[in-house]
Formats: sequence, structure tokens, C-alpha cells
Amino acid sequence: MNLSASCDTSLSDYLLRLGDNALILSQQLCGWCGHAPTLEEDVALSNIALDLLGQARLWLEYAGASMVPVRDEDDLAYHRDAHQFTHVLLVEQPNGNFADTQVRQFLFDSWHCLLLTELSRSTEPRISAIAIKARKEATYHLQHSSQWIVRLGDGTERSHRYAQRALEQCVDYVGELFAMDAVDHEMVRLGIGADLAALRPQWQAYVEQVLAAGNLVYPASALSVQGGRHGQHSELLVGLLMEMQHLARSYPGAQW
Amino acid sequence: MPPNRQPNLRTGVMSMPNELNTWEVFVRSQNGIAHRHIGSVQASDSQMALQYARDVYTRRDAFVSLWVVASEHVISSADQDQAAWFETAHDKDYRQATYYPVPDGVQHL
Repeated sequence: MNLSASCDTSLSDYLLRLGDNALILSQQLCGWCGHAPTLEEDVALSNIALDLLGQARLWLEYAGASMVPVRDEDDLAYHRDAHQFTHVLLVEQPNGNFADTQVRQFLFDSWHCLLLTELSRSTEPRISAIAIKARKEATYHLQHSSQWIVRLGDGTERSHRYAQRALEQCVDYVGELFAMDAVDHEMVRLGIGADLAALRPQWQAYVEQVLAAGNLVYPASALSVQGGRHGQHSELLVGLLMEMQHLARSYPGAQW
Repeated sequence: MPPNRQPNLRTGVMSMPNELNTWEVFVRSQNGIAHRHIGSVQASDSQMALQYARDVYTRRDAFVSLWVVASEHVISSADQDQAAWFETAHDKDYRQATYYPVPDGVQHL
């Protein structure tokens, strides 16, 4: 593609966001490895984490290749500081209890599927190829988290309470998923990226349908906390990065 | 599962995930080949069992279909019937095709 310099920056920023969303959520889910309620769920969550890690690698590899100077995926994952990460704040919310994790996952997966569907129609072939692969995985992730929402919401009094409380905590970060900034507008204009705001009605309809099946209520949120895509993160990210980046930074160039 | 519990009508998903049952998992590696038993999972409802079967058993190999069956619905032969049921075939070689000599002159067997 023959793109201007500013568009190159927009493209790499855009890809970085996609990569960071997948990378940070993957790292979060890895925290459940060995701690999930059952062996089967442990494997299920680890599978999802690995899917997301695979997606992160594809996005970051592409992002790095479109940067000047070129950076590789490991460099981007391990040698950026918190303020240089551009994922949405939803994915850095703490794992909390099992309901917190599944609610966070559900809100993300339902958005992720719609986003990847849009990106699979991107005019940029490499983006559409990654999106088509990732959408298959995300579709399964969404089935998994949707079923948990119903089980927890429609389960015991306690599981219902935990699920509803998790929703109240996560809903403030939903607005950011659909917020459009200059980078998004530029990518939409070029036919490369997705119109996030346009995805909201379909997302809302699906989410509310699943919540209703679980006797859960979509909270009325007054807040829309944003800034993740511009590097404004909570302290939670600092701890997460310390763990994720420790090895690569302590032993530069280490190989398996 | 207890009779008083019904799946959620809209989703088929069963509540009460703290009550786990065992499910037998069968996989089909390609169309035209029979499902074969590959192991079991613990799950509270059929949909969870199916997903866990997928997560646990299909990570490395390619399959085209999965079955799960509640273990309690598998009716099995009894250990004490071993001799009466299965050992009676041992001395009946004539039930094997290889028991019979191939007549001279048979070309397309």
C-alpha cells in the first residue's frame, strides 16, 4: 500500500491497540492457570489465553513491521512501559473472583467478535487475514463466556450476586470499547479499520439477551472511564507488566 | 441429575455449577469413521461438558465431531458376567473366517 507517513503512524497505532488488547487479556487469564475451579476450566481458560497470545503476536509483529524504525513483537511486548501500552482499560481490570473474570471476558468477547467481523472485511489484506483467523477463536471464547454468564446469573443466590456485582464494576469501562478517536476515524476513512461506535447497538442487544437469560440486569452506568488507548492506565498494569516483562528484562536476549 | 432441575429454557444451560457430573467423551477424527471413546470430563450440564470435551481433548488433533454422554446413561456389562459372556467364544474357532482352509483354485478372495 502507498500510504502517507501520518497514515503509517495511524496504522501502527491501530495495530498496537489490537495487539495490546489481546496481550494484556492473555496475561491476565494466565493468572488462572492452576487456580481455576476445575481442571477442565483451567484448561479452557488457558486455551483462551493462548489463543489471545497468538493473536497478540500476529498484531504486534505487524505493528512493529509498520514502525520506523522497525521493532519486533518481543521488543513491543517486553520493552515498553505502562504508559506506552494502548489497550482498553477493561482488559486490565483485576481477575478478582471467577465471576469477575467471566464477566470481563464476556464483555470483551462480545465486542471482540463484532470488531473482528468488521476487520475481516478490511481493505488491508493482512488485517483481514488475521481477523478471519482470530474471529474463529473469538467466536468460541464468546460461547464459553456467555454460558458462564447464564450459569452464574441463573445459578445460586451467591453466584448471581457475584455476577451482578462484577457487571457493575466492569460497565464503566464499556464506553471506551466504542469510543472513536482520530486514529479510528483515519482507519475507517481508509477502509482499513472498524467503526466502533456503529457496533454498539448490536453489542448491546446481544449482551442484554444473554444477561436476561441469566436473570442479570445491565447496569445503568453514569461513567465512561477512558484513556487506555492513549497510555493512561491504572496501577494494576504496572504490577502485571512487572511479572510479564521480568524475565525478558532481567536476562536480555535470553533464549529457551 | 436430580429430576427437579431443568435446563434454562432459552439456552439449554443448567444452573448450579457446583454440582458436577461425569460425562464420557467420544471423538470422530474424520467423516465416515465411527466416534471413539477418548476419555471423560466433569461438568454440570451438557453444554459445559461439550465445551470441556473440546477444550481438553481437541487441542492437538483435528476432529470433525464430538459426542458427550452422561456417564450415568452408559449401561455396562457386569464384571461377574465376564466368564459367561465373553470366555465362551474362546473355543469356537469355527466362528473365525481363518478357521476354514482356502479351497484350491480360488483366485479372487
